[in-house]
Parts: sequence; C-alpha cells; structure tokens
Amino acid sequence: MLGRAANGVYWMSRYLERAENTARLIDVGFHLALTRGNKHSQDEEWKSVLTTTGLLEDYCARHADITGPQVFNYLLRDRDNPGSVLGMLENARTNARMVRNSLTNAVWETTNEGWMHLSELLSRPVRETNLGEVLGQVRRTGTLVRGALEGTMLRNEVFNFSRIGTFIERADSTARILDVKYYVLLPSAAWVGSSLDNVQWDTLLRSVAGNRAYSWLNAGAMDPRGIARFLILDGQFPRSLVFCYEKIRSNMAGLAKEYGEETGAHEILRATGTGLHQTTIEDIFEMGLHEFLQDFIGKTQHLGNAIAADYRFIE
Amino acid sequence: MTAAGRTNYDEMLNEDGSVRPAYADFRNWYDSQDKAWLKRQDAEAERFFRRIGITFNVYGDDAAEERLIPFDMIPRIVTAREWRKLTQGIEQRVRAINAFLQDLYHRQEIIRSGRLPVHALRNNEAFLAQMIGMTPPGGVYTHIVGIDLVRTGPDEFMVLEDNARTPSGVSYMLENRETMMAMFPELFTKIPVRPVSDYPRRLARSLRACAPPAFKGSGRPTVAVLTPGIYNSAYFEHAFLADQMGAELVEGSDLRVVDGRVAMRTTTGYKAIDVIYRRVDDDYLDPLSFNPDSVLGVAGIMDVYRAGGITIANAPGTGIADDKAIYSYMPEIVEFYTGEKPILSNVPTWRCSEPDALAYVLDNLAELVVKEVHGSGGYGMLIGPTSSKKELADFEAKLRARPDNYIAQPTLSLSTVPIFSKEGLAPRHVDLRPFVLVSPEGIDITPGGLTRVALKKGSLVVNSSQGGGTKDSWVLDE
Repeated sequence: MLGRAANGVYWMSRYLERAENTARLIDVGFHLALTRGNKHSQDEEWKSVLTTTGLLEDYCARHADITGPQVFNYLLRDRDNPGSVLGMLENARTNARMVRNSLTNAVWETTNEGWMHLSELLSRPVRETNLGEVLGQVRRTGTLVRGALEGTMLRNEVFNFSRIGTFIERADSTARILDVKYYVLLPSAAWVGSSLDNVQWDTLLRSVAGNRAYSWLNAGAMDPRGIARFLILDGQFPRSLVFCYEKIRSNMAGLAKEYGEETGAHEILRATGTGLHQTTIEDIFEMGLHEFLQDFIGKTQHLGNAIAADYRFIE
Repeated sequence: MTAAGRTNYDEMLNEDGSVRPAYADFRNWYDSQDKAWLKRQDAEAERFFRRIGITFNVYGDDAAEERLIPFDMIPRIVTAREWRKLTQGIEQRVRAINAFLQDLYHRQEIIRSGRLPVHALRNNEAFLAQMIGMTPPGGVYTHIVGIDLVRTGPDEFMVLEDNARTPSGVSYMLENRETMMAMFPELFTKIPVRPVSDYPRRLARSLRACAPPAFKGSGRPTVAVLTPGIYNSAYFEHAFLADQMGAELVEGSDLRVVDGRVAMRTTTGYKAIDVIYRRVDDDYLDPLSFNPDSVLGVAGIMDVYRAGGITIANAPGTGIADDKAIYSYMPEIVEFYTGEKPILSNVPTWRCSEPDALAYVLDNLAELVVKEVHGSGGYGMLIGPTSSKKELADFEAKLRARPDNYIAQPTLSLSTVPIFSKEGLAPRHVDLRPFVLVSPEGIDITPGGLTRVALKKGSLVVNSSQGGGTKDSWVLDE
C-alpha cells in the first residue's frame, strides 16, 4: 500500500481514539463537578483535564477563568482549539476520506456518519443538559468504527496500521492521564485512606474507563499501588500500558509477516515491550512513578516516529 | 436564458400530450405508483448519497464545502435506434479528434491544406510545444472523452462541447444507476435497460491496453489514478474509479522518478507505475516542464513519458482539440480526417475574432450565448436573453476589449425531460454526456452517460456548479 495511505489509516485511528479519550476526560470532570460542591476542587479537576490533553496553556491564553461549561465547550467544539473533539473527528474523517479505497464501506460510512452526527450536535454551544448525549455520541462513534474494522476488514497491512495507531494513542493517553495524577497514588501519611483519596482514585480509574473493572477484580478495595499496577501492568485491562504494547506487538508482527521482514521499529518495540513485561510495580515505584511514565511516553513517541519513517508515511 | 415562448422538443410527450414510445413503459409504471411513497423515496435518495459521501466541492464556497449534486429520480430515456445513430456520430468524431491531435503535433497537414487557419493554433495555450513530435503509446491521445450533446428535435442531436482533457462525471452515471436500482428494482425487471456498471472494468482494460514500451512484465500493467487530493471538486470520483478499477489512488507527493520510471512510494519502497490516469491539468503535471510552482504533479514525468517509461491518460496537450476556438472548425476537422460528412452537427458558432462575426454578435448580444474561449463550468459566460441591460453593457465592453477571447452561439431550444417536482412531472432542459474510451483495441462507448438537468423552470444552465442536477440515463435494449 502507499506510504501516505498507511499514514492516513494510522492517523484516522489515532484521532478517533484521542477524541474518545478526551470525551471521557470531560465526562469525569463533569461527574466530579456534580459530586463535589467545592468550587476550588472542581476548578482543579477541570485544570487537570486541560493539562492531560496538553491544552492548558492554549486555553489560558484565550480565557481568563476556568468554569465547567467554558472548558467543555472549548474542548469539544472551539474552532480555535487545535485539539478539540470536533477537530479531531474532522481529522479522522479527512484521513478516512483520503484513504477511502483502503477501507471497507462499513468503516468509511460509520466514520462519516459519526462525523456528520457530531458536527450537527456540536454546531451549537453544548449545555450541561445535553453534554451526556454529546459525549455518548463520541464514544459510540469510536465503538462503531472499531466494530466495523473488526467485523469487515481484511487482516492485512491496512488493518495492522489502523490498530497500531489506536494502541499507540491509547498507551500514550493512559500514561499521560496517570502522569498528571501520579501524585494521588504516592504514599502520603496525612491522607491515606481518607475519603478524598477514594474520590481521587475513583476519578483516575474513571478517566480510563477502569473503575468498574478495578472494583470487580479487587472486590471494591482501593489501594494506590494496586491501582497503578492495574493501569500499567494488567494484561487483561484493555487500556493498560502492557495491554496496548501487546497489541502493538501483535500488529507489528503481522506487518513483518506480510512484508517478509522486520524494521528498526520492531527492534525499538521489542526493547520497550520487554522492559515493560519484566518490570514490577515495586520497580516502578522505586524508580519513581513520574520518571517511569515520562520515560514511557518518550519511548512510545520514539516508536511512533520509527514506524512512520520505516514504512514511509511521508517523503 | 429561458426558452419560454419557443417550442422545444419534449422527450417524453408528443405535441398532442400523448407519450412517446421511449417513455411508454416508464409512464405506465409511474402512473400506477403511490405519489406519497415516491416522495419518501426521493428524500431517501439524498440521505443515501450523503451517507456514502458522494459530494462535490464548490470553489469559492467555504460554508458549504461539500455539496451534493441534486439527483432527480425520473430517468432520461433514449431508444435503441436513437442510440445507434448517436454512437456512430460519436465514434466518428472521437476518431477524428485523435487523428487531428496526431496531425497537429506532427506534420500539421490540416494547416498546410488551408482547412484550419494557423492563427487558431498560434498563441493558443492549449497547444503544448512539449508534445511536438511525440507519439503517445499505442498512438492514443484521448483515452477518455466526454462528448456533451444537446437535443433540439426528434433526430437532432448536436455537439455542444468535446471534453478531451479530463472529463468528469462518470461516477454520477454509475451511482445514479445504482441508486435507481436500489430504489426501484422492479422497474429494471419490467424495462430492458442496458447496463453501465462495467464502465470501470472497461476503463481499466482500455488503459492497460495502452501500456508504454517500458512495460515488459508478464503480469498486468500497473495503473494508478492521479488526483489533486481530497479538496478537489471531483475527488469522490477519483477515489471511486480507482477503487472500482483496483488501481492505486495517488497524489503528486506519492510519486517521483526512480530509475527512469515514475514510481509510487509504498510502505515497502518505490514501485513503478505503467499507466497513469491523471486527473490534474496539463499545467500542473510536471513542474519541470510546465508550471514550476505545481505540487500536484511529478517532477520529470514528461522526460519519462518521452522516453516511453509511462503512459499518461489523457495525453498532455489534448486540450487543443476541445478548445472553444477550435470547436467551430470541428465539421471541417471530421471531414478532413474521416473523408465523411459529420454525422453529428455542431452548434452554429460565431468566432468573435472575425470582424464580421463580431459585428453580428454585438448587434444581437441580447439573443446570444457568449462563452470564453478557455472557460469551463459555466463560468464567465453571458446568456443574452436572461441578462440585464447593465450585464449586457458590461459584457459588451469585455467583448470589445478582447474579441478573440470569445465565441457566440444562438440560444438553443434544448429538449426537455420530466423531473419529479412537488406538482408531479414537470419538463426541464437537459444535456447528455456519454463517456467514450479509446484504446488500440478500438472505441468503446458506454450505453448511457450523464444527463445533466437544469432544475429551475425554464433555465438552460445544467452545470452542477450553477444549480443543475443529474438523472439516470437509460438506453433501451433492442
């Protein structure tokens, strides 16, 4: 396939995943606003949502204060925001349109319809009353496109590039969410087991759609180390770092098989992936959670760049 | 421009209101349908088009970046007998166009013989000096031609325009048929309509038959469709055709010259292309030979072309054959190269470069249609009968300043075909663009084509960029 088409499929999937992750962060911010009366901690939560998406600086350059509706409208539909959900869906759809011939009709149509529906919903300011509907539609679009890919695409290079895009984005996203909140998982004499801790841990798990799965596995008991282990090392949880890397490994293996050779990106992947598999949560806390995550984010970015170069995404 | 007060030919109804044979079966079916149901189907068609993304982009219209070409669900129907005569005329004309191009870029016999004045060629930007002495692979210049026809009477089809560069619209021919078959399957069991769906297969075969000398493989020649990209108004069509042909859809940035071949950048390295169906204009094809600022083309492709490393479809420089200044000479051109009288006639045309013609045009401006010689898409033209005094005066000034930039034609009384309107069937003016494929194996005309329809009552402008719509076009089987 064309290098440009591989690039298009990869970024289509990354943008869809990113739109969905941003929607989930907004959902958590909103949920918190409903459950915590304290204005200061609400603002803090919206601020951390902006930090996680990397848009805090841009937001502050445009707005004097942080209020819920202002933040979620900025994140969802602000034309000047380069990372808005609407902008990302448009990017996903533009990429899909560019590589339309590599996609099945089902994949193209679900992407196109999702974009059509959301650009209609987002053509007017979003209020608290219809925020849930909008966020639900973003999630549904991601789910439908992934389902269409899974159900209709040949398991060839196109499929592999798409999946690699999804899981690189997801690994990056989970790591960033954790990194912005890493301090809540650090041992702290004053707060251990307090109800504020519980709320913060729950918020963190919700940000990656892991609150129910975690409770399930741990019979409702919360502890910071267990949460960190779950989000980083649990191979069953589909947003954990280990899970994402396992998926990238399998799709990269698919490419090597189809093309008859490995590339430099395979070696980088092997090095990072093996390190991740062999590490324990104790090692991670010893190294420092923040340092570990920073290192992971850098390596994932490096891997993404190597894939783009090795498969000639651009000239 | 309106044809009010004129008697134009209606393709469905005789003058006494009875139904012509071509539409008899269709009318029977239509009359027995529930009109409310038909209205729902009509609305359904639009949703269908939008979901699958058949849109076109309008230049200079930011708000509605992607628009649908309105689709009218009443088919335009041509009988087997009418079609037979049409195809003979089209084949003759396309054969002549290719012979004309071969001659213009070589010995120029037609000019030596005095049948075409040399000034028609001189200072004509559509004539490409880079093509002089060059014979394309297989001797084919125009692999794909769209001939725009208008009808003025029972047996009178005229050629309004020859599209010999990169005619578009064929995807609408195909999608309109798909839509009709999905909406009204039983119609096709009742009425013998000749299929159009194998056009992409025929196109692929036709293009592969023109492989360049450098192709020596035992397999099939590699075909790619070159598009300017997703913001081009016809991008949907480019993607659609590539997909249906099983060809790669490439952009200029995917291509470069490698080892004397034009090659595309794949995930595993550069791979040579044999035939490129380019949907970018000559001017953008090669920054080394033409417009140096172009990023849509491939640097060096013309050198590869001259060395026999690639087939470019259509060949560069074919625009000289559909140039409006040349158009008026087409009857002479057909006769010169085929030795026969033209089967299809031209629309009478005044060349404003000629003083007598200019004087006539200026005197009769309000009755005429005046077109820019190099314009297209219905832009830059004057439709006398519907223009205001001020518009006429403004245009007259332009005409006097640069008479050689214009031609003029009478306001034709175009035939009408019914559309589905709120008030039921209503006649509207139409044209027809059949699609013609040329290869060393012969000339292949798909039975049907694109019918464009002026949806506004009385309007004669059918261009999609100016509010026109399209219809499914049926050629009945014998």
